[in-house]
Amino acid sequence: MSQEAPKRTTRQKAARGGLSILTLVVAFVLLWEGYKFIWTALEWTWPVRPDNRTMPHTWDIIGALFQPAQRNGPLLLWVELKAALFTLREAFLGFLIGAVVGFGLGVLFVRSSTSERAFMPYVVGSQTVPIIAIAPMVVVWGGRISLPQWISVSIIAAYLTFFPVVINTLRGLRSPEPTSMELMRSYASSRNEVLWKVQVPAAMPYIFTALKVSAAASVIGAIVGELPAGLRGGLGSDLLQFAQQFTSAPQKLFALVLIAGLAGIAFVGLVTYAEHRFVDARRRQPT
Amino acid sequence: MTWAVEAKGVGKVFGGQAEAVEALRDIDFTLSQGDFVSLIGPSGCGKSTLLRLIGDLSAPTSGELTVNGKSPERARLDRDYGIVFQSATLLDWRTVKKNVELPLEIMGFETAERSSTADEMLELVQLGEFGDHYPWQLSGGMQQRVAIARALAFKPSILLMDEPFGALDEMTRELMQQEVLQLWAEVGTTVVFVTHSIPEAVFLSTRVLVMSPRPGRITDEINIDLSAKRDEETREDARYYELVTEVREALRRGEWND
Amino acid sequence: MSGMTDRDDVIRETHETSMAAAFEGDLPVGTREPSAIRRLVKRYLPALIAFVTVIFVWEGLTRLFGVESFVLAKPSEIMASFVETSATIWGAGFKTLIEAAGGFVIGVTLAVATSLASARWVGFREGMLPLAIALNATPIAALAPIFNNWFGLTNPFSKMAVVAVVVYFPVMINTTRGLLEVDPAEIELMRSVAATPTEVMRRVQIPNALPYFFASLKVASALSLIAAIIAEYFGGPQDVLGQYIVNRAQLFQFPDAWAAILVASILGVTFYVLILVAERIFMPWHVSLRAAE
Repeated sequence: MSQEAPKRTTRQKAARGGLSILTLVVAFVLLWEGYKFIWTALEWTWPVRPDNRTMPHTWDIIGALFQPAQRNGPLLLWVELKAALFTLREAFLGFLIGAVVGFGLGVLFVRSSTSERAFMPYVVGSQTVPIIAIAPMVVVWGGRISLPQWISVSIIAAYLTFFPVVINTLRGLRSPEPTSMELMRSYASSRNEVLWKVQVPAAMPYIFTALKVSAAASVIGAIVGELPAGLRGGLGSDLLQFAQQFTSAPQKLFALVLIAGLAGIAFVGLVTYAEHRFVDARRRQPT
Repeated sequence: MTWAVEAKGVGKVFGGQAEAVEALRDIDFTLSQGDFVSLIGPSGCGKSTLLRLIGDLSAPTSGELTVNGKSPERARLDRDYGIVFQSATLLDWRTVKKNVELPLEIMGFETAERSSTADEMLELVQLGEFGDHYPWQLSGGMQQRVAIARALAFKPSILLMDEPFGALDEMTRELMQQEVLQLWAEVGTTVVFVTHSIPEAVFLSTRVLVMSPRPGRITDEINIDLSAKRDEETREDARYYELVTEVREALRRGEWND
Repeated sequence: MSGMTDRDDVIRETHETSMAAAFEGDLPVGTREPSAIRRLVKRYLPALIAFVTVIFVWEGLTRLFGVESFVLAKPSEIMASFVETSATIWGAGFKTLIEAAGGFVIGVTLAVATSLASARWVGFREGMLPLAIALNATPIAALAPIFNNWFGLTNPFSKMAVVAVVVYFPVMINTTRGLLEVDPAEIELMRSVAATPTEVMRRVQIPNALPYFFASLKVASALSLIAAIIAEYFGGPQDVLGQYIVNRAQLFQFPDAWAAILVASILGVTFYVLILVAERIFMPWHVSLRAAE
């Protein structure tokens, strides 16, 4: 079902993107308030009750951001943006570690099919182990070697992020046509030359696709990592706290979830931008 | 004087005992320096395999093969040959010029020399202004010209070409054939050219080696005694048609004898 | 009579092996085809050896250095706990599995429905697909406290809802791609015989999408267990895997925690294998074409 799309300038695309976002926000608000209105009028309670405690009005949710977080304190918005940055820092560190480890494993597996056969099942299996269980143990170990707690959380984030990178690095390193490999052989290239001049550049699009997934995963990893440690200052602990305060101030929880969502989107957006700069520009086929 | 390529009883068998496939059998021939030789035969006759044996991209399972008087492996390690495939195989993240520089980088040429050599080679294939373009911006024929420039960049004594114009349309093909002949005259390499197009083989070569269906054997050697200067008029020459017919008949004989 | 020396042989094999390693593990050209059993052993032996080695080293080092179990549990302790607490952990595992499976079914159903709609109506697609891609970047687990409050802390449905949302996005995005990335020539062929859009969907798009769909299901199966456990952490009944693991860990009873993680892993692998079986049933042609993964 491919259709020829007209080429758009970057500005037009940004404008179109902005309009889409606006439309979606408006649509969401309409759906939310619409649901509340209709369900209240018909006195339905399934699946979600439409009362203001369970479903605060959208304007109350946004309003909560502009209230002080504590008496005479800074606005909730600032407090939570700081918390988001705190969590993002952990996520980013975990992302870097996971990306490097993932890339390294990918290169190792391509070089040595024995090591691939030996370790790949465990790489895959590692993803079935729920990280949340590892989290307290990572924190204890970190504590023993006097590692700041936030670094332990980063390790948890790294655990979630390395898997897509390994898989895609492997696929990308194997993606060059056989004739490219024959060409390099005709030049009597060393294996390192083949790796860095042909395989790694060919793998970049694949790796960036994985990095976008990893970016999102690392944010989840960081939030979840903060929970068992009870690490103050990040989104995780605030999520727990506002969940407990749900009866008195439900809109704070919703506002926080919104901020957390935006944090994830921001990180992925950053990686997408990097992809655009480093990968697309050269290879871009005319769309 | 050493032969450019010498084959004695060369054979190639793929696969294990149960599923052995004999691709080539008892290949004997010699190529002199400066020859332009075409390998022609039906699909699956092993002509591409033979080319790869010469280039040490695969190894014979029987017989003796020497390239420039050395083993094919030695010749490869000494960078005696350049190769052009049916697909241009350009690296799409490098500019055209950087693609041509690829072998020079690997062979340790200095930056300045790489740059000037690459420019020179692009001029040779008439793509001098396209150095800063990316492969996706070039047509199929142009990409192949870049591939040829790249193959000749380090001045090898042998050029291996595996159906390089197979993916191009007829008119571009004929233009490229002309260009290859001009290049050959200027640079003087030995060319081993694999094709399944009879007119192409006759137009380009000094000799045509005809191969039989699998297992591939050389069934005929035809000297192309057209004049050294070949152009559009050659394609309408009477002798040209005779030779095309001769090759065609040799191919048919090769198939019937199977 | 071969003109090659032994050294040439070795070098050729090394080169061919490195080329082979670069090309998805095909056997190097010119080697003899080993029998099926040899092939199986060759494939899985390194993994088995790695596993056994790690277990031995782990056990050995922890005993040697007298590492306490609340820092790093020994494999022997873990196995002991696995056996002793098996009723508890499998019971908890079952409840978690229900949450994961329930959410999986809901999420996949919604994903397939919206995928089909996206493929059919361009307007819907232009709205949904960017939204799905954007929302997929959010930390969905953060919705867990909200769902707990909406559906009740003790109601397994609150966890299923988290799983459903987590599973929805990858399945929807990939299935839509599969429905849309069809060879234009096939569509033109269908149009030339005046096929209706529904027939095009049935005969061309859906079969084309099946590989993408199953690939996304494999990802979703792993995600569903993890999401269920993460969701459990935000509160709820204590007799589920997530809560059990964290409780044991907070009490430094790591062998118990690891034993429960083992249960989670076994459930995860089983779930994955079920998807593989389903894939084989629905796509027998594809499996035989699939290169070694």
